[in-house]
Amino acid sequence: MRVVEGPLQAPFVLPFEVQDLGMDDPQQLSAAGLGEVMAAASPEALEQVRIKYLGRQGLVTGLMRGLGALPADARRDAGARLNALKDALADAVAARGAELARAARAARLAGERADVTLPVSSDRVGRIHPISQTIDEIIAIFGEMGFAVAEGPHIEDDFYNFTALNIPPEHPARQEHDTFYLPERADGSRLVLRTHTSPVQIRTMRAQPPPLRIIVPGRTFRCDHDATHSPMFHQVEGLVIDRTTHMGHLKGCLIEFCRAFFGIEDLPVRFRPSYFPFTEPSAEVDIGCSRSGGELRIGAGADWLEILGSGMVHPQVLRNCGIDPDEYQGFAFGMGIERVAMLKYGIPDLRTFYESDLRWLRHYGFLPLDIPSPVRGPLR
Amino acid sequence: MKTTLSWLKSHLDTEAPLAELVERLVMLGHDVDSVADRGAALAPFITARVVSAEPHPNADRLRVCVVDTGSGEVQVVCGAPNARAGMIGVFGPAGVTIPKTGAVLNESTIRGVVSRGMLMSGYELALSDDHDGIIELPPDTPVGVRYARIAGLDDPVIDIKVTPNRADCLGVRGLARDLAASGLGALKPLDTSPVGGRFRSPIALHIEEPAACPLFLGRHIRGLRNGPSPDWLKNRLESIGLRPISALVDITNFLTYDLNRPLHVFDAAKLKGGLTVRFARAGERLAALNGRDYTLDPEITAIADGNGVQSLGGVIGGEPTGCTEATTEVFVEAALFDPVRTAATGRRLEIASDARYRFERGVDPDFVGPGLEIATWLILELCGGEPSEIVAAGAAPEWRRHYVLRAGRIASLGGADVPLDEAGTVLDALGFAVERRGGDVAVTPPSWRGDIVGEADLVEEVLRVKGYDAIPAVPLGRDTVVSRPAIDARRRRLELVRRSLAARGLVEAVAFSFVSAKAAEAFGGGDARLRLVNPISADLAVMRPSLLPTLVEAAQRNADRGVADIALFELGPLYRDDTPEGQATAAAGLRAGHTGPRDWRARPGAVDLFLAKEDALAALAAAGAPVEGVQTAADPPAWYHPGRAGSLRLGPAVLGHFGELHPDLLDAFGVNGPVAAFEVFLDAVPAPRSGRARPPLQLSVFQPVERDFAFIVDRAVPAENLLRAARGVERRLVTEIRLFDVYEGAGLPDGKKSLAIAVTLQPQDATLTDAEIEAFSQRLVAAVEKATGGVLRG
Repeated sequence: MRVVEGPLQAPFVLPFEVQDLGMDDPQQLSAAGLGEVMAAASPEALEQVRIKYLGRQGLVTGLMRGLGALPADARRDAGARLNALKDALADAVAARGAELARAARAARLAGERADVTLPVSSDRVGRIHPISQTIDEIIAIFGEMGFAVAEGPHIEDDFYNFTALNIPPEHPARQEHDTFYLPERADGSRLVLRTHTSPVQIRTMRAQPPPLRIIVPGRTFRCDHDATHSPMFHQVEGLVIDRTTHMGHLKGCLIEFCRAFFGIEDLPVRFRPSYFPFTEPSAEVDIGCSRSGGELRIGAGADWLEILGSGMVHPQVLRNCGIDPDEYQGFAFGMGIERVAMLKYGIPDLRTFYESDLRWLRHYGFLPLDIPSPVRGPLR
Repeated sequence: MKTTLSWLKSHLDTEAPLAELVERLVMLGHDVDSVADRGAALAPFITARVVSAEPHPNADRLRVCVVDTGSGEVQVVCGAPNARAGMIGVFGPAGVTIPKTGAVLNESTIRGVVSRGMLMSGYELALSDDHDGIIELPPDTPVGVRYARIAGLDDPVIDIKVTPNRADCLGVRGLARDLAASGLGALKPLDTSPVGGRFRSPIALHIEEPAACPLFLGRHIRGLRNGPSPDWLKNRLESIGLRPISALVDITNFLTYDLNRPLHVFDAAKLKGGLTVRFARAGERLAALNGRDYTLDPEITAIADGNGVQSLGGVIGGEPTGCTEATTEVFVEAALFDPVRTAATGRRLEIASDARYRFERGVDPDFVGPGLEIATWLILELCGGEPSEIVAAGAAPEWRRHYVLRAGRIASLGGADVPLDEAGTVLDALGFAVERRGGDVAVTPPSWRGDIVGEADLVEEVLRVKGYDAIPAVPLGRDTVVSRPAIDARRRRLELVRRSLAARGLVEAVAFSFVSAKAAEAFGGGDARLRLVNPISADLAVMRPSLLPTLVEAAQRNADRGVADIALFELGPLYRDDTPEGQATAAAGLRAGHTGPRDWRARPGAVDLFLAKEDALAALAAAGAPVEGVQTAADPPAWYHPGRAGSLRLGPAVLGHFGELHPDLLDAFGVNGPVAAFEVFLDAVPAPRSGRARPPLQLSVFQPVERDFAFIVDRAVPAENLLRAARGVERRLVTEIRLFDVYEGAGLPDGKKSLAIAVTLQPQDATLTDAEIEAFSQRLVAAVEKATGGVLRG
């Protein structure tokens, strides 16, 4: 027994000798049928061929009907052979049909040619302002060191903004604060726009017992407006209060921050004495940089760049908050957010931060999904 | 505070180079703003004698000069009219850079004569505007030496930011003392020996207000001659930017900067009777030495004679009794003025003087007498004359304070292990009286260190002088290995709102907290309590009642810059009153123009109120608000379009507003509409229920069925009414109702609209039969009809 296999292009051979059917011209019928199937050029033509041979009035069907006239033995034998013929033709029709479908799809795809070089609409996602992003970065780093965010009001009492921070009314440091004032209230007290985030130190210490470890990002206000001063800007304040934290911890914490924030493992960090009414001892913190050729490069060279102020919380400030300075101590620090953002991201002009210029915001802003995390590292 | 290297060295015996001194100043806490070495550019220029000056053979106005440079003769061609044989000038050899122009001076041939250098004018050396002639030096000037040295210009000027606590370092000697204590040289002794008066001062002193002026010393000096100061003094003052006036005035300025000892010198001939320190009387006047007239009041500390107020204590002297070239007798005032009173006087009259700056910060209460003696010596030396005995009123306040520096305190507070003996040595070098007391050190700060008020200050002094580099950095440990949340749930929500809005295509802005009064009023604000007393400008005068005015202004600026499509948001504060609770956190956004640029695939839509509603609801959802329960009402605030805006409520709480801004408001801000905006009040959003576990999810195995219904309702019927009615039907079966079409116009009766909704039914127990679906449909239609009068569209 020979087997029909493979595509129709292969030599197609009938599975039996047609003479065995004992009928008129069955061999011719088979050969003709297979020829017509292979020649069908469209699904419609193929259907016509199928009907012609295998339909209810089809030629093969007719032969099948004629089987009944044969004797039982011959009928069984011829029936089997005729069924094989029918199956072969049906297989051939199915195979040809699939081939025609493939060819038709190939022809259709050949006509479907998009210009794949056509531009698609660009990114419609918005941006996060560099100030928000920088605050998130700072929170992420200090969060790793056990700090939690605290916040306070922008319209502050003179007491919280100055007096409690060891800046009595006639203190010369007040003049350097360029304070915005609100109208005097009926009781004669005076509200100010907070000139720094430090009042939140006071509010926190008066509300919660030590140990404390907070950072305070937020808006601050000074009555000064020029190329390097804005009437509103942002600071982040830090405060650690417990029984044992000393200046060595202050150094360790802020060195760690500077290196993590700027992403420079060996960034030189320098501490030098300074003065703030609310800390004693006090220190300014500088990072190493180079300014050769008028270009500022952080982390290289022999120059220094001041980036934050810090110190051990003044005993009087602790007393003002009802904390016994013989029992508790700690450090505080403050830094300008715009300043560190400008340094890190190469933003040249302070004033542009608040102009809401969409071109600027798109250029310097951050993607919404770029959520800072020291563990994930920087995007670039 | 400026000084020069040589001035510093007049108090400090040191071999240390400039760079080391500057570095040490910085590390002692005296930040150095700049070091100006005026001599550097002048280094190659030397003094030279013009040996001969002959007319140029080929040019009338030029001369050929042979110049003796001390190391040989050089020929130069010179065009200056004053070039002549025998004079001494300033020579620049070929190859030098001319300071004024930055050009290199080359050897050249000028009309056939070789010129190998140049005789310099003050203009070319960038020292003056005089370019009519070359510099002429005195005939006894040595030849071949650096001109900068002759001119006193080789003295670098150091500009130091003295911190407000260190009044003592507003005198050069204070800086020298710090440097000496840190080991960079030795503090030179200061001669404060008394002058010895020859007669009794005819001018008596009286203090009426000891709180304003506890101590007043003075001395009369007669028979003196005022005139220009000698070069060394003029040079010192000029180098730090002060104008020399006359010897008497220059001496007081010099001692102000040298020893932080402000003084005043009256022309004694112009005084009437004795001097009294008192508060000014209302309406009294003084013509001050700065050329301005002041009207005084009782807040002001005055020094008066028989004619009235002649000086403002610790701030400025008066013109009528000031010294002139004709002065022959003076009364020298050395007093102690109270810092607070001095500050008040200065601030009231807006006078910023060197004396005020120092008295405000506190001058040495124990140096009033010595300061007066030094001033007297200088006056006698420069002006001659005969001094009186010192006349005095009041007494120096007690300044001695005692503190204990405990043995372990430098380590426990400062983190550095400095042995107590070493600490004592440092404090001693700074002028503190130090005494071992058991294991501790008892310390009395010197009279000039009023800033030292406790042990922490002593720790700082020791560490400052030892250098903060000596403190080892210690990691700030924490209790847990894994970090704990740094932000609370509220701030986390705000972060989510911010980043969700940005993800929706809005760009974050950060705007000022203050706006113009006009803008504040346009958005429902302008409360008098929120108006700044001293705004930077009228545009930044009132705390903003809303985030929208700053966004509208930003929209206007962006449009002016040619940015047509605007999508901005801000998340920040607004101010309802002046209490901490009056400050609220809101998110607001603004869109104008189209949702995107023109695109070949799809036409971008114009922004509209519904986009703003979408933004607002997205912000509220991110903030944790149950947005499916939020109701929309057509009652927007006045700054919105009355018919195309609304508010979002949760029960009685207003969570926000959205819609198109009112055209009147846009006109007022110069913005082209339409502008769609929203503002949501994040503090009004109820805190979401805590608990991280989600409710159990039951997924049905049965096919959901979706059915569409279109209703014809009156145009005025809010869609929300229809939806609410529909949602009330078979809540257990319905998983979603979506309004997908709104139609008005042809085919519908006048005043009617069609609203089409798609309802998704999700059976839980068995597949829905046609009969069940039909029954549901009838109930839904009936409910809608009852609530809205709407009928199913055929």
